[in-house]
Amino acid sequence: MTLLLEQIINGLTIGSFYALVALGYSMVYGVMKLINFAHGDLFTLGAFLGYTILASTSGVVTQNFGMWGGIAFTAAIVGMSVALAGILVERIAYRPVYPSGRLSLVVSALGMSIFLQNSIMAIWGARPRAFPSAVVPYARFVIFGVHVTVLQIIILAVSFILMAAIWFIVEKTAFGASVRASALDRETATLIGIDVRKVIFFVFALGPGLGGVAGLMNGLYYRSISFNMGWNYGLKAFTATILGGIGNIPGAMLGGLLLGIFESLLAGYVSGAWKDVFVFIILIVTLIFRPTGILGEKTAEKV
Amino acid sequence: MNILLEIQNIVLDYGAVRALDAVSVTVGENEIVAVLGANGAGKTSLLKAVSGLHKPTSGQIIFRGKDMANTPAFELAGQGIAHVPEGRRVFSTLSVRENLMLGMYGVRRARDKKQLSAKEERIYSLFPILKERRNQLAGTLSGGEQQMLAIGRALVSAPALLLLDEPSLGLAPIIVKEIFEMIQKIHKEEKVAILIVEQNARKALKVASRGYILELGRVALEGKAADLISNPKVRAAYLGGGMEGCD
Repeated sequence: MTLLLEQIINGLTIGSFYALVALGYSMVYGVMKLINFAHGDLFTLGAFLGYTILASTSGVVTQNFGMWGGIAFTAAIVGMSVALAGILVERIAYRPVYPSGRLSLVVSALGMSIFLQNSIMAIWGARPRAFPSAVVPYARFVIFGVHVTVLQIIILAVSFILMAAIWFIVEKTAFGASVRASALDRETATLIGIDVRKVIFFVFALGPGLGGVAGLMNGLYYRSISFNMGWNYGLKAFTATILGGIGNIPGAMLGGLLLGIFESLLAGYVSGAWKDVFVFIILIVTLIFRPTGILGEKTAEKV
Repeated sequence: MNILLEIQNIVLDYGAVRALDAVSVTVGENEIVAVLGANGAGKTSLLKAVSGLHKPTSGQIIFRGKDMANTPAFELAGQGIAHVPEGRRVFSTLSVRENLMLGMYGVRRARDKKQLSAKEERIYSLFPILKERRNQLAGTLSGGEQQMLAIGRALVSAPALLLLDEPSLGLAPIIVKEIFEMIQKIHKEEKVAILIVEQNARKALKVASRGYILELGRVALEGKAADLISNPKVRAAYLGGGMEGCD
C-alpha cells in the first residue's frame, strides 16, 4: 500500500512534467495543425537555462532571494526566455513556410528540433550536467509511512496552479474563446474580428514557456540533464497529448498525469527497463482504438 | 440615398485565375442589394474582397467614404462590416452563447458588461430559439438554427453592412422561407444594409431593391430588382425560364 501510494506520487510528479509539455503540443496543434517537434528541445533549453542561472552564478541568485525565492526567480526567467524562444521559432521556422502546407511545416519543425538540440550541445557540451546539490532542496515528510519530498510537493503545486490558470484562460475567458475559435476555423475567426496572429503569438509564447518551466523542474527533480533529453520527453509528452485528445486542453493535462502514473507503476511493479516500451505501446494502442483520445470526443456536426 | 459601400473596378486574382474582372458594385445606406450568378461567377470572391479576406489586385473598396483595401480583415469586423460566410461556419464545439459573444470580439467599444448583455438579449429577441439553446454546443443545432446563429453572431457587432453568402444553401424550403422573412425583419428593425449573394435568385430579388448579375467575374447586368425579375434574359437564365408563379 505504501509502495503503491509512493509510486502514485512519483507518477504524478513526472506526469505533471508531461502534462505541462503536452499542453504546449496541444495548443500549438490546435491553432496551427502542426506537431511542433521542436517543443521537446525547448523543454531541454529550459532545463539548461535554469541550470546556468542556479549553478553557474555560484549561488548568487539563491543567496539574494533565499532558496525558494531564488528558484521562483529562476523559474520566471526561464519561463520568459523559453517563451521568447518559442516566439522566435514560430517566426523563423513556421511562419515563412506556412503557405506551403502542412508537410513543409513538419519538415521545418524537425529541422528546428535538430538545430536546437545541436545548439544546446554546442553551448553546454555533450556530457550530462548535474544541478549542484547545494541549490536543490532536499527535505521530506513521512505521512502515514509514505515518503514525500518537499520538492515533489512544490512541483505538484506549481504544475497544478499553472494548469488551472491555463484551463481558466482557455475555457472561461473571451480571449480563450477566441483561441478555441481560431483552432476550429481560422478564416471565420478572422471574419468576426479575431486577430489570429495574436492567438498564434499567445500559443507559441505560453506553450514553450510552460515547457521551459517543466524542464527546470525536471532538472531540479532528477538533477542530471543532457542536451538530447528533449527527444524522449517530447515523445512521451506527445504520447500524453494523443492519449488525452490532441487539441484538447483538459485532455493534455489528464493524458500527462495518467501517463506519469502508468509509467511509475510499471517501473515500480514490473520493470524499470521496460517502462518506455509500455509507454509507446499506449501511443500505438490509442492511435489504433481511439485516435481522438480520452477527451477528444467528436461532436455531432450537422451540415 | 447615401452610399455606404462603393466597390470600384476591383480585380481579384487567385494565382493565374482571374476571379473578378473590373467589378463595380454600390450599396446604399439601409439598402438590400442582391448579387446573383452561377457557380464560379465570382460572387463569394466579391464578398471576401469586401471583408478583407482576399486583397484585390487593383481597384478600390470604399466603405463610409474610406478606402478599406489595406485594412486587415480582422479589423473590418469592428468597423461595421459583418460577414456571414457560406455554409454558416459556426464554431461547432463552442456553445451557442460563446459563438454569439465572439461576434462582439472585434468591437472594442462594446467591452462593458451591461452593453454586452443588452446586445446578447437583442439577438435572443430576434431569434428566441437561440436563447433556449444558448448552453448547447453550436454543432448540435439544426441547419436552420445554425444559420440563425451565424446571422446573430454577425449582427451582434451592430454592423452598418451585413454580407450574406448563400444563406439558403442546403436548407429545406420551409426554412429558406423563414430565413428570408428574417432577413427582411432584420433589415427593417436593425437599420442595416445587406449585400446578399444567392443562388436562389427569385427569393433574393424579392427582398432586394437592386441586383447585379455576375458572369465569369464580370457584371453582366445590373438594375432595380423589379426590372431584373421581369427581364426575359434573367428569367431564362436564373429564374427557371417560363415557370410563371413558381416560387
